[in-house]
Amino acid sequence: MTELPLQTRKKLGLVIDLDTCVGCHACVISCKGWNTENYGVPLSDQDAYGAAPSGTFLNRVHSYEVQPDTGPAQLVHFPKSCLHCEDAPCVTVCPTGASYKRVEDGIVLVNESDCIGCSLCAWACPYGARELDQAAGVMKKCTLCVDRIYNDNLPQEDRIPACVRTCPSGARHFGDLGDPDSDVSQLVADRGGVDLMPEMGTKPVNKYLPPRPKDQMPDIDVLAPFLAPVATEAKGFLGWLDRTLDKI
Amino acid sequence: MHPAPSVIFFSVFSGLGFGLLFWLGLGWPSSTGVVAFVFFAIAYLLAVGGLIASTFHLGQPKRALKAFSQWKTSWLSREAICAVAALILMAVYGAGAVFYNQHWRVIGVLGGLLSLGTVFTTSMIYAQIKAVPRWHMPLTPLNFLSLSVAGGALLAGQVTWALWLIAIAGGIQLATWVIGDTRFAASGTTLASATQLGGIGQVRAFEPPHTGTNFLLREFVYVIGRKHAFKLRVIALLLMCVVPVILLLVPFSHMAGGLAVLAHVAGVLTARWLFFAQAEHVVGLYYGKR
Repeated sequence: MTELPLQTRKKLGLVIDLDTCVGCHACVISCKGWNTENYGVPLSDQDAYGAAPSGTFLNRVHSYEVQPDTGPAQLVHFPKSCLHCEDAPCVTVCPTGASYKRVEDGIVLVNESDCIGCSLCAWACPYGARELDQAAGVMKKCTLCVDRIYNDNLPQEDRIPACVRTCPSGARHFGDLGDPDSDVSQLVADRGGVDLMPEMGTKPVNKYLPPRPKDQMPDIDVLAPFLAPVATEAKGFLGWLDRTLDKI
Repeated sequence: MHPAPSVIFFSVFSGLGFGLLFWLGLGWPSSTGVVAFVFFAIAYLLAVGGLIASTFHLGQPKRALKAFSQWKTSWLSREAICAVAALILMAVYGAGAVFYNQHWRVIGVLGGLLSLGTVFTTSMIYAQIKAVPRWHMPLTPLNFLSLSVAGGALLAGQVTWALWLIAIAGGIQLATWVIGDTRFAASGTTLASATQLGGIGQVRAFEPPHTGTNFLLREFVYVIGRKHAFKLRVIALLLMCVVPVILLLVPFSHMAGGLAVLAHVAGVLTARWLFFAQAEHVVGLYYGKR
């Protein structure tokens, strides 16, 4: 049933560090790779080699420019996937019971054989985490790599979501956010992790770590004063040329 | 939001059909025989035709029966159940009126209320969605219900009722637009709240995730026609409200009545198109779009 569980035994989710993400999109590619070959129907592409390619992705990396009142603008790369919300509005709207939130670990999943592709869950999600696969006509979303994290056939180090496993800058962390002593919960506490769109009341499990404040670089360049222009009046040939051109 | 023709036709025509069934269920008009047959045929064509149209936007229509199962939480599921219950009850009531010259009042009133309930559940599918602030308000169900009851009265030939109800529906439509225009700002959702980067400074979408478009942009960020929104609102209100009222005020003829129905339906279709085309989903913020 599409009733949300009152409580889940674990709150598995991701912690995404906006300070260290370099915007390489490796998580996007590894996600698409793993989820095309494993759980559920493949993530299809339309017109992949044509003029207007588009396709289904469970994880997309945006980039934002943030302009402080003073100082240079900052560029923040912003990976976004399902946040596995505690109050997931996508689950309760589902008319068929295809969407559900697991009691054991809080992962929000779609049972594709029950999905009628009405897209209502995608409408209900404020984050754009769900995409209707155009080839299969069923809803696709992040599974938190449920087919990796419990997979005994994989070596221990691979039993984490593909995006976390592949991230070269260590900007993605996976763990139980319901356990206050877990590494991810500690990280969120230390770095002041935040919820996206808290006003939507979705209580996302995934947390985002805001970029650390930039260093304020004082003017310590000892050579700078010596590099100031010395000549105030141009002399010689260039001086003559400057004066002549001014007259024309 | 993408104004899918199937959903627009579904919500307008099923709204009209169930509106007509509501009046028939109340026994206004309390016709029998062939006349009743024509009334019920029109109502069922509109209501069932609309329901069939709504399945065209499904990715997997062959599994549509599963949509009856989640009535505990899903307004879409409640709509499906309510619609079928209303159609079955009204079929029994209609059979009585057409074949047995009987009006089984209890069944009729119950079926009529379920017909209105169907329109209400349809409107709640939209009104429940917090991520589309323009829809997420009590005026959305009021808008759908008032149009359905007014259009039903028009089709049922209840001239006096239709006059008043169309005027009221026009007023509610106007309020829906005016208040709806303020809803996105009132929701408090901005690119700053979406990214939580507002503490550092002014946030601007710099680079989208992909060079091409995607499902989200096609479905939720629909900007075509917005620049004509004001003109379309005027046209919609003239057609759905002003023209039918004038036509109903002149001495009744079937010609004028037919024209009133056509104008009203065209107006409601325009308004319903705007209902989708003007609705902005908060996910557009992530793409620097509205």
